Amino acid sequence: MTQKLTRLKESPSQTAGPYVHIGTNPNWVEITGVWNEDLGLVLVGPETKGERVVIKGHVYDGVGDPLKDALIEIWQADADGLYNSPQERRGRADPNFVGWGRQPADGATGEYRFETIKPGRVPYKDGRLMAPHITVWIVARGINVGLHTRMYFSDEEAANAECPVLSRIAHKARVPTLIATRTEEKGLPTYTFDIHLQGEKETVFFDI
Amino acid sequence: MVDQGTFYQRDRSWHPPAFSAPYKTTVLRSPQQPLLSLENTISELTGPVFGHDKIGPLDNDLIRNYAKTGDPIGQRIVVYGRVLDENARPVPGALLEFWQANAGGRYRHKKETYLAAIDPNFGGCGRAITDEDGRFWFRTIKPGAYPWPNGVNDWRPAHIHFSVFGHAFAQRLITQMYFEGDPMIWQDPIVATIPDKTAIEQLVAALDRENTLPMDSLAYKFDIVLRGRRSTMFENRMEGN
Ligand SMILES: [Fe+3]
Repeated sequence: MTQKLTRLKESPSQTAGPYVHIGTNPNWVEITGVWNEDLGLVLVGPETKGERVVIKGHVYDGVGDPLKDALIEIWQADADGLYNSPQERRGRADPNFVGWGRQPADGATGEYRFETIKPGRVPYKDGRLMAPHITVWIVARGINVGLHTRMYFSDEEAANAECPVLSRIAHKARVPTLIATRTEEKGLPTYTFDIHLQGEKETVFFDI
Repeated sequence: MVDQGTFYQRDRSWHPPAFSAPYKTTVLRSPQQPLLSLENTISELTGPVFGHDKIGPLDNDLIRNYAKTGDPIGQRIVVYGRVLDENARPVPGALLEFWQANAGGRYRHKKETYLAAIDPNFGGCGRAITDEDGRFWFRTIKPGAYPWPNGVNDWRPAHIHFSVFGHAFAQRLITQMYFEGDPMIWQDPIVATIPDKTAIEQLVAALDRENTLPMDSLAYKFDIVLRGRRSTMFENRMEGN
């Protein structure tokens, strides 16, 4: 006999199902009057520091149809590369930027859209800087465990080329699945980040 | 105290696999390439904080938070428990969001097609933030089972959906709570995506007769476990290690 490691097991994940919005965005599905506003819709206020950007895209299934019932969350650093979290020990993040957002895919088109700021660079565990990125988490009916991925910026070529996380991807042809393409829309830099659950363009998902 | 260590790797054999043929929607929505394992960076070790100011006094009372003309129909229940990590330590300040069907098994959602009646007094959403000991509780009515378009005869057992924020984005979790003694748990293709019977039982809330409210509500205990962190006592590695 040996001593026991007295650990618990993580609760197993279950799909968010088709009605996740009842719990996360009740106002969006017309359950009004229960709470004032759905959390995570607005990331940026007038006081927030940093370059305003739009992030948008679709989540596509294995036959190329957009998911219309997906829920997308993002988590990112502020313009100086600091996270607004008690675990952040390197300094104090912009108090006017929480860094967390949550948007349902549009029920008719499947498009999701965030208005946020471009994050600064944050260090990898060995101190090298990672390229600016946004952590993305996707849940929907038919997704048994929420999917973690990262969005990088197409106009950060030099930083992307030296990012210690991007360089972990053995199949270089898959790196572009994590890089959002920059265009302009109504004067705002707009990044399109399409997520492919399967197929030739399958997005790189992380086991973090 | 602020927790710092990186997380134990997620035990993917304890969770459902992405692809599970009997749950048909997974067929086109399951990634087919292996996940890329990534040792936690600060991007995963941090996470948003939700203060108690974010939630209102009726948020954990689904019997009253949508009531228009009276109480909703159904079996009154209290659900309580703790949010712990894999080291069995409480997780204070965790935001829980929960949603469910009404007593007849009907969701308040425009895409819902089940015939059972909408309850004018039931919205079906609630939330709570855990206290210093990781505890939470809420009051609701017991949801009904409902049919869903998968096999022609597939029914979901009574369940409550939970979304949980711990202290780090790596701990983000969505799961479901089932009810002790329900035979339909073992006939459900979504439950059956979880390979291990003991893992399924971790999602079955216990009927707690000692904590019922006399002439008012039954009580169910449901503990939730989030990922745990490695000990930071190894953090200052010796030279050469
Ligand atoms: Fe459900």
